[in-house]
Amino acid sequence: MPLNLQNVTFTYMKGTPFEKTALSDVSLQIEKGEFVAVIGHTGSGKSTLVQHLSGLLHPDKGSVTVDGVNLNAKNAAAKKARNSVGMVFQYPEHQIFAETVYEDIAFGPRNKGLGPDEVDRAVRDAMAFVGLDFDSFAKRSPFRLSGGQMRRVAIAGVIAMEPDYLILDEPSAGLDPRSRDAVFKEVMALYKKRGIAVILVTHNMEEAARYASRLLVISGGQVILDGVPHDIFTNHKDELLAASMDVPPVYKLADCLNAHGLPVERTPELAALEKQILELRRAKHAD
Amino acid sequence: MQNLIEIKNLEHVYTDTDGNEVKALDGVSLDIARGEFVAVIGANGSGKSTLARHLNALLLPTAGKCIVAGMDTADDDNLWNIRQHVGMVFQNPDNQIVAAVVEEDVAFGPENIGVPPQEIRTRVDNALAAVGMTDYAKHAPHLLSGGQKQRVAIAGVLALEPDCIVLDEPTAMLDPRGRSEIVGTVKKLNREKKITVVYITHYMEEAMQADRIIAMEGGRIKMQGTPKEIFACVEELHAMGLETPLAAQAAYDLRQKGVKLPQGIIDDEELTEELCR
Repeated sequence: MPLNLQNVTFTYMKGTPFEKTALSDVSLQIEKGEFVAVIGHTGSGKSTLVQHLSGLLHPDKGSVTVDGVNLNAKNAAAKKARNSVGMVFQYPEHQIFAETVYEDIAFGPRNKGLGPDEVDRAVRDAMAFVGLDFDSFAKRSPFRLSGGQMRRVAIAGVIAMEPDYLILDEPSAGLDPRSRDAVFKEVMALYKKRGIAVILVTHNMEEAARYASRLLVISGGQVILDGVPHDIFTNHKDELLAASMDVPPVYKLADCLNAHGLPVERTPELAALEKQILELRRAKHAD
Repeated sequence: MQNLIEIKNLEHVYTDTDGNEVKALDGVSLDIARGEFVAVIGANGSGKSTLARHLNALLLPTAGKCIVAGMDTADDDNLWNIRQHVGMVFQNPDNQIVAAVVEEDVAFGPENIGVPPQEIRTRVDNALAAVGMTDYAKHAPHLLSGGQKQRVAIAGVLALEPDCIVLDEPTAMLDPRGRSEIVGTVKKLNREKKITVVYITHYMEEAMQADRIIAMEGGRIKMQGTPKEIFACVEELHAMGLETPLAAQAAYDLRQKGVKLPQGIIDDEELTEELCR
């Protein structure tokens, strides 16, 4: 069952000199099992978009529904629908507040109305998912952990809500390459195991190419491109550059090789590009 | 060449919330010449930011010395003077902008140190021109893109006419265009205005623009050299949890598979040229 945006328009500070339309007439459907990367320049409207998907902002026009239930209604069904969308904000470690890791992660499931046993299971599962050992971390203060560990606690707090739709707003910002890989390894494991939808907001083209099954490019409050990442990075480079975006480095290298007369197919995998280079050299030596 | 910054056996120890002593810097010695562009790379927690914060006396050495433009940062009397020589730019542009109009934001620094009004005007105009933001002088900062905001933050530092700018992951929150705007601006300031640059980043493509790269691990300098020297050390960088630029990685992989390629390939053009031979 899908997460659906129908003709959504949203304007900030309406009726003031600062009025700014952040989304204009956006329609969009996201199914469970999709991994959607959302890219767009600062101010393009992508944060406004994901805040609508999670029910944090109400559209001025149009509607946001999960499985047909309007997220912005005031009833039990709408609350349940909102709970099915989990959002990990940018720098989520800034939102940690409880005295122990356990309490911080348990906050959401408890608010959802789960009993103590269910809360306990949700916390244990979530901690296992993000690679935090229960016995060594559950009773510790989250404020005494490293930055990377704190980010994991914050992500665990959202995962413990068992969302069907998980929104991640730049989860790798400020992390070193190894920590970035670790976060994505966990997200991919969760995505594959639970068959949820992941919506990843990112400025990193490589992440979009490597992990997503679908790519949304936002510009001027609208979805200007929606498709398979490889197709967009291969066939829509000019539109991407015009929208302040870019293609991943491995596509650039392929373009550079092509421009100098080495015919290679563009690919998101460096290993696949290297294989083509080796084959070209073999063919050349055979001549 | 004359050194602007001289760091000798620098140690920085702090007490964490559990009462344990943590050595964030453990015997760092480093000279930075006037006009040099130095990139600092390293995993989270390797001491990069702690080192950067010593350069304008936001942090003081527990042991060792940090001398900036001939002044010891540990001497209280030098504090204001040092901060006019070395300006800092941080990750989040929104946290660094104080005024409601771009040019007023840039004027904030010189006003605070008592620069005469006429000269403030000149400094603000020059600073905005240097970062390519002259057209936005009367704009409201909150309506700018991330890259533009960060350029305003850099202009605010430039208006203090520093010898050196320290940038701590200035592109972590920016989109691709914003990132290239900042790297381009910083390079231009370094080349044309001879401003010394210390640039901390997790992006290797940015680090390769520098004259010299310092790679940190566990509070120490693990490696240093030109980008070509550093990015030839693919295995060492991986062991430190770091990456290499894509072309350097490809050259390494192809070499492993028997392709004869020279050392020191770090960008796409160089790699392509070698492969076309």
